[in-house]
Amino acid sequence: MRRLIATAVPLLLLGTAYAADVTLLNVSYDPTREFYAEVNRAFAAQYQETTGRTVRIKQSHGGSGRQARSVIDGLKADAVTLALAYDIDAIADRGIIAADWQSRLPYQSAPYTSTIVFVVRKGNPKNVKDWDDLVRPDVTVITPNPKTSGGARWNYLAAWGYALKTTGSEAKAKDFVRAIYANVPVLDTAARASLITFLARGVGDVFLSWENEAFLAINEFGKDRFEIITPSISILAEPPVAIVDKTVERNGTRATAEAYLRFLYSKEGQEIAAKHYYRPRDAKTARKYAALFPELELFTVDGLLGGWRAVQQKHFADNGIFDQISGQ
Amino acid sequence: MALANTILQRRNARAGPHEDGDEVRREPAAVRFLIVALAVAFLVVFLVLPLITVFQQAFMHGLWPYLAALVEPDAVAAIRLTLVVAAISVSLNLLFGLVAAWAIAKFDFPGKSVLITLIDLPFSVSPVIAGLVFVLLFGAQGYFGAFLQAHDIQILFALPGLVLATVFVTFPFVARELIPLMQEQGTQDEEAAISLGASGLQTFFRVTLPNVKWALLYGVLLCNARAMGEFGAVSVVSGHIRGETNTMPLHIEILYNEYQFTAAFAVASLLALLALVTLIAKVLLERRAAAE
Repeated sequence: MRRLIATAVPLLLLGTAYAADVTLLNVSYDPTREFYAEVNRAFAAQYQETTGRTVRIKQSHGGSGRQARSVIDGLKADAVTLALAYDIDAIADRGIIAADWQSRLPYQSAPYTSTIVFVVRKGNPKNVKDWDDLVRPDVTVITPNPKTSGGARWNYLAAWGYALKTTGSEAKAKDFVRAIYANVPVLDTAARASLITFLARGVGDVFLSWENEAFLAINEFGKDRFEIITPSISILAEPPVAIVDKTVERNGTRATAEAYLRFLYSKEGQEIAAKHYYRPRDAKTARKYAALFPELELFTVDGLLGGWRAVQQKHFADNGIFDQISGQ
Repeated sequence: MALANTILQRRNARAGPHEDGDEVRREPAAVRFLIVALAVAFLVVFLVLPLITVFQQAFMHGLWPYLAALVEPDAVAAIRLTLVVAAISVSLNLLFGLVAAWAIAKFDFPGKSVLITLIDLPFSVSPVIAGLVFVLLFGAQGYFGAFLQAHDIQILFALPGLVLATVFVTFPFVARELIPLMQEQGTQDEEAAISLGASGLQTFFRVTLPNVKWALLYGVLLCNARAMGEFGAVSVVSGHIRGETNTMPLHIEILYNEYQFTAAFAVASLLALLALVTLIAKVLLERRAAAE
């Protein structure tokens, strides 16, 4: 018995000795795990070098909206790194994050960006080059229902913005988007289901996807079977980050959490973002990875479409434009 | 296919020749064949094929990635957490199920039928709702939220929340297994024991418990299988913190959503193995019980 204690106690101590000086919880959305795993390693190394203290960052991933809901319900995140500013706004509405969060970090608190691209089968057999090809009667498009899938709203708005910019008329944009959705054979409820429909079941010619997720999916399902086509115009997706004021006040982790988010803007952070297929903000890093991210004209939800709240009301509410074009 | 066949053979062997069997055999051979073929096809399509697919996907890239997915720290943490949650939940439900079944089967008291209905509640409530109920109670915006935060007690997004949700969902398994059996057995044995001078506790441990041990084990087995596999309720209260509050089913979903299909199915195969072990244990239990 004594020997048992003699071995168990040092083991337990060893376990506690490993605990870091500071622990942060980063609540993020679904496909960012590998990305943040690498960011966390790099940040921990840099933090120890500059401050002499160790930091451990715990991660939580899930659907962006649901993660926001968990933070509202008491999940003690020190930082949130979500897909939509709308979701962080929802947390800020409860006073858990300061109302001015978006202006506290550069680029509206979005250290990296992405956009909506086309995934097609290898060799691009239907010769799809741009949004105009998606309305061709011989092309089928796979995208989930924007009423049920947050991610699919980006796809819809990218098409809408393209039509609006090229035709200059809302009526024509409506016809254009209607024609695209007429080419959608299965309107899945979620992005993941659509992905399976396209990649695994082989239905459809074009799959609309976030650029970073398109890379991840193709890496998993085979670079020899699919390729990415970048259209001439698309939407700028800006996944935002913020410190959760209520938690960092309580835990006394504000300085570390801030350093963590600022690290995303550093050269090293931008490099890691690019490696994980997010478009970097830093011009130098962007040039280095130019081959990965073809240039295109990007518009923002705030700039062209009047912000998320307006878009939500106009397009996706009941009897909104999406309901009108899908004939409900 | 082979599995389905052996199951059928075993069923047939056990049914043995009796009157009902002869009745069936009077049906034309074609009809009999059709019925058996239908049952087998159904089993294959809905049970065997999915099971095979899980293992096939898990080993798609060979043995090494499979093992790597299982020893990865987050996966190990998920497996450990699942075992801890199941152990606590099953113990609690074992205690509750025994007490409730004993009270219901051996005594009459007002509100008994209400209690029986309440025990069944988790069967009819969607697990997601169960999870949301706990969020409403213990969440930061919930009824006890302010109190819990003031006293720095963490229930949601931590082990207590996971256990609560699992206990709720697996509530009926032990009690439901015991109640009919205990009711059928009646109270004669206990009455005899007490008239011979046994105390209440002695009666319980020497008479009541041995009478129901097989049903009890069976209930625990089912309860455990469900506790480990539970997804909906646990998903709502977990917070999905890697290496901390992710149980195996949650870990599988997250891996899947991250396009790590091999890893997802590798962990899924562990859960599938658990199901197989449960199945085998169930068969063994039934045999032992029948033998007695």
